[in-house]
Amino acid sequence: MSKNVFIFAEQRDGVIQKVSLELIGKARELADALGQSVVAVLLGSNITDKASELIRAGADEVIVVNDERLGEYLTAPYAKAMVSVIDEYKPEIVLYGATSIGRDLAPRVSSMVHTGLTADCTKLEIDAETKNLLMTRPAFGGNIMATIVCADHRPQMATVRPGVMQALEGDASRNGKITEHKVKFGADDEKVRILEVVKGDKRTVDITEAKVLVSGGRGVGSKEKFKMLYDLAGELGGEVASSRANVDAGIIERERQVGQTGKTVHPNLYIACGISGAIQHLAGMEESEYIIAINKDASAPIFDVADLGIVGDLNVIVPKLIEALKNR
Amino acid sequence: MNIVVCVKQVPDTTEVKLDPVKGTLIRDGVPSIINPDDKAALEAALCIREQAGGKVTVVSMGPPQADVALREALAMGADEAILVTDRAFGGADTWATSYTIASAIKKLDYDLIIAGRQAIDGDTAQVGPQIAQHLGLPQVSYVENIEAVNERSIVLRRQFEDRYHIVEAQLPCLITVLSELNKPRYMSVSGVFDAYREKKVARITLADLEDVIDKSNIGLGGSPTRVKQSFTKQPKGKGEKFETDADDAVRIIVEKLAEKHLI
Repeated sequence: MSKNVFIFAEQRDGVIQKVSLELIGKARELADALGQSVVAVLLGSNITDKASELIRAGADEVIVVNDERLGEYLTAPYAKAMVSVIDEYKPEIVLYGATSIGRDLAPRVSSMVHTGLTADCTKLEIDAETKNLLMTRPAFGGNIMATIVCADHRPQMATVRPGVMQALEGDASRNGKITEHKVKFGADDEKVRILEVVKGDKRTVDITEAKVLVSGGRGVGSKEKFKMLYDLAGELGGEVASSRANVDAGIIERERQVGQTGKTVHPNLYIACGISGAIQHLAGMEESEYIIAINKDASAPIFDVADLGIVGDLNVIVPKLIEALKNR
Repeated sequence: MNIVVCVKQVPDTTEVKLDPVKGTLIRDGVPSIINPDDKAALEAALCIREQAGGKVTVVSMGPPQADVALREALAMGADEAILVTDRAFGGADTWATSYTIASAIKKLDYDLIIAGRQAIDGDTAQVGPQIAQHLGLPQVSYVENIEAVNERSIVLRRQFEDRYHIVEAQLPCLITVLSELNKPRYMSVSGVFDAYREKKVARITLADLEDVIDKSNIGLGGSPTRVKQSFTKQPKGKGEKFETDADDAVRIIVEKLAEKHLI
């Protein structure tokens, strides 16, 4: 009989990734609805001391697999360790971050244990009647939403994009169990070997962390004009984001792109400047708390999701807005 | 070297529009294309063949219309094309799809399998790794560069959000590639001619796979997941919209930001 909501706790260089804490937040809600526990699976090399971080974030138990082969990510040893944990503990649900690690690991595991996997879910809930996991995801380039179920296979597995779920407030008084799990590796797990690891050297911005985002679309369209968005973001203590067009045109870095092929964000405030609001863009930002749209075209679809819409020229409005905020 | 390339025919999702009144998808007139990441996979395979010799076989699973995508692959320079098609395969999720394609690939000679990272209609990135597991092959996904190939192994640059790995994988193996990897060539005029006159798209149906396939694992019935419901997104309740002069607009914005405690 399968039981409990498991999450794959992703670490890089021994640092627990934020998406793992977000998964615990959602897993907590699902486990409470089922009357079950949240279990985090932590794979790494000398990683046990990080387990308490996952308990503070809401996990009831952390299963740790320590092995030097699990330091840097490689598919085969990670998949073997995950499957070994699944075989032993028989989870009801397993969640993974939809990162370049989670999206490599989870499908491999799903094939190995013969169960379903739903990618990039934006909503997860328990069906009150059947107790099955309802997994909702965008499909068709974000044009439609589909709710998927995995009724007859266990565990039910899903990947979730970073920034979609909410982490809980850390609670240092929480108690939980830490269980070491041993996995035997062999030559079969060494068919791919790492020759070199090259880490990103530039300081990267994480727009999913920002509380305020000032985002520019085609209507901004040049590096010079983006400068005023940086000024506005500075006044509001936020970051600058962009729609895809400016990224493709090389005006702004890809890591600032919001949307289906970029990042999903939900800041407290999202100011869309000169963004028309293609479905692919809306998919990445419509869950923002408060959305202000400034656009010349009164019929732009961005106004359909904006809480406050301003029809006008951003080249005039934004500088005046910066001025007004400075004078407050 | 024998290279198998997995491709999918997809609707060009960037061309899909919503009916503003009904809120439904307008599918009419949406062109079908070879999935962009898969086209990069094919280009990579053609480049390896140019260097190391061998054969490039393109495999696609889909309805009979997917023939067009395979002819395009032939016209780009693939040697052989196989369409895995049968009503019994319909309605498959990624698990059953990967199982079926893997069963078809079992019938082929291969040293290297290249797939696109993900398809633009589903965006799952699952079928590549799942095929690798069904075939018991090592996998490397998110490949952004092929550094070197020899008979025994392939050296790849594997992308992560914050780093990259240079890895060496023993052959045979399966890799999934990003469209950033290369710029796919165009079909040549003689290629198009050959694709429709000289070359053939072979068809593999359930009957051809009976010795390697478990029928309970294919199609809708063999799929662990089911679509319970699909819907277009509910537009959230419209907010306020103002068409006024810049000074007034700024006054409204500042007022709202203060009211929401955002400043």
